[in-house]
Amino acid sequence: MEERYDSWPVKAFTVSMIVWGLASLLYGVLISLQMVYPQLNFSEYFTYGRIRAIHTNGSALGFGLSGIFALTYYFVPRLSKAPLFAPGIAKAMFWFYNLTIVVAVITLSLGYSSSKEYAELEWPVDIMVVLVWVMYAINMLGTIFTKTVDKMYVSLWYIIASVLGVAILYIFNNLALPAGLFKSYSLYAGVNDANMQWWYGHNIVAMIFTAPILAIFFYFLPKVTGLPLYSHRLSLVAFWSLIFLYLWTGAHHLIWTPVPDWIQTVAIAFSIMLIAPSWGSVINGYLTMNGNWEQMRTNYLTKFFIMGITFYGLQTLQGPSQAIRSISSLIHYTDWVPGHVHMGTMGWFAMTIMASFYYVIPKLYKTDLYSVRLANLHFWLVFTGQIIYSITMWIAGIMQGAMWKATNPDGSLKYTIQDSITASYPYWDLRAVGGVIFIAGFIVFAWNMYKTIQSSKENEPAGSVKTAGAI
Amino acid sequence: MSDQSVNIVERKPLLMIVLALLVILIGSVITAFIPLFMESMEVKIDTVRPYTALELEGRDIYIREGCNNCHTQTVRPLRDEVLRYGEFSKSGEFAYDRPFLWGSKRTGPDLARIGGKYPDSWHVQHMKDPRSIVKDSNMPAYPWLETRPADAGSITARMKALQTLGVPYTDEEIAAAPAQLDGKTEMDAMVAYLQVLGTMIAKAPVETIEEPAPAPAPSDSAQVQ
Repeated sequence: MEERYDSWPVKAFTVSMIVWGLASLLYGVLISLQMVYPQLNFSEYFTYGRIRAIHTNGSALGFGLSGIFALTYYFVPRLSKAPLFAPGIAKAMFWFYNLTIVVAVITLSLGYSSSKEYAELEWPVDIMVVLVWVMYAINMLGTIFTKTVDKMYVSLWYIIASVLGVAILYIFNNLALPAGLFKSYSLYAGVNDANMQWWYGHNIVAMIFTAPILAIFFYFLPKVTGLPLYSHRLSLVAFWSLIFLYLWTGAHHLIWTPVPDWIQTVAIAFSIMLIAPSWGSVINGYLTMNGNWEQMRTNYLTKFFIMGITFYGLQTLQGPSQAIRSISSLIHYTDWVPGHVHMGTMGWFAMTIMASFYYVIPKLYKTDLYSVRLANLHFWLVFTGQIIYSITMWIAGIMQGAMWKATNPDGSLKYTIQDSITASYPYWDLRAVGGVIFIAGFIVFAWNMYKTIQSSKENEPAGSVKTAGAI
Repeated sequence: MSDQSVNIVERKPLLMIVLALLVILIGSVITAFIPLFMESMEVKIDTVRPYTALELEGRDIYIREGCNNCHTQTVRPLRDEVLRYGEFSKSGEFAYDRPFLWGSKRTGPDLARIGGKYPDSWHVQHMKDPRSIVKDSNMPAYPWLETRPADAGSITARMKALQTLGVPYTDEEIAAAPAQLDGKTEMDAMVAYLQVLGTMIAKAPVETIEEPAPAPAPSDSAQVQ
């Protein structure tokens, strides 16, 4: 039964997930230190302005997508009860994707950037990304089309939405006229360019860090806990309302800018409505555990998934509140925002992804996890690292916002911008500490994976075959 | 209820793809695509002009170095921001900005109105060695800008691309562009760009708190510059 499913892409993308994950985390720690120690801007290829994009693109397109590719190549054929549609294309995609990431890192280091956030890659690299996505879409949609199960499980819906959503967002936001091999100008100007960019910027988070991660969560939580999903209907309602509401909210990144008020107000209203489907998924996860909460103590993987969905729940309350005009006027442009973002990426995204690998890798290599103790250590390291990161940035962000607004009794401004930077240094130092702890956790995870795979090779014949058990 | 119809969507991948596509596109079309054709997105300001060749070169270097990662370019209509930076930003000011450079993080100050605030020599020294001017600054130093020539070779192609996109450059302006970059460094270009930022509209007079404005001043003398 297991043998019908091609495990090569899963294994291969697991390796690239670990490599790009480590690289983008290291870039992250470097830029966090550059905020305090500007002498760490080694040469032009490692200045903050250039490598911040390597950290963000590396995390989303390198770390994030590798993890999503590996896990969807695992569960989409299983949920469809059909072999992978085109294993050859998956193989080609793996190599071409990694080439694309290498080219991305090199071109960003050289300063070839279109400057639009999470879409900095210049047009030739954009075309490579689109080709990767086409190859991925062929395999995902092709496998789902040849399904032999009657109904598609909720995870497949989210993958369908993600495949479509990323394509639309990426292509429309990156439309530009080339003016040289690595230079182009956006098809849109000024206010429209800003509006298009944040329609993209916010929704690429929906289509990379939300929809596929919910798919992964809804597949692996029942697998890991042995408990059926609480409500099929709730997941259905949450799915359709999520993909409907999300696309209206991009302009909440543009509150108080020259973007017309109606677009801002619509974005604020829809952001608040978005709480409902987000919490629909959170509640579905929590109620799946109903009566079995002792697993938080007894099953190390339950801990990852439930903390992951909890961070998602906090994230989706914090996000809409940030969209409100008065709150935005205080925290927008401050360090509050990276604090918010990293709760989603280091908390919800990374925990859910890595927990799934603890389940998948021993299964594929027909062995047991090398060390549950190390997995627990990993949990507490990434948890601590994330908490330190977010809390220091929330405090620093409110401090910066308040300092910018503060006035003397005569009405003049109380602080210069440099005053707020100087006051932020201790928080930025602490943030780097949080990042280092998080990386330590990631290295523990990578080591655990390596030893697990190695142990399977040592006892090749003795490996115990586990049954797959479809949902 | 409508369980039967729901079941069909769950069984038919093609139907789900079509429906998901429609659902995703509704918000996208209304909030992102339709505004592309609305005049209210960009209220025209007569005094706003396209960037000169040197300013454009500076802007492209600003993009290359990722200055927008730490510096925003929009003054919000909030009391403290108008006090700190000047007149709040207007949509028409960005008519020729491709891409926009508003940024999302304000680690350093907003630069939307930096033009004319400091002399050229201040900017040169500040970019070469930020800490020689602001002691505790965390800005990276950009010494290489001073030694590199501005890219006269590609300026024609760049301006032509912008012309195709609708920026009203004349063919004469484009033909004259390489000569304007001749002998200029990247630093010259950056300074030219920074010095034009925010200067294309008439600035409102900055209100000082001590003066209770005894009598209304003659209307046009208040609009200096």
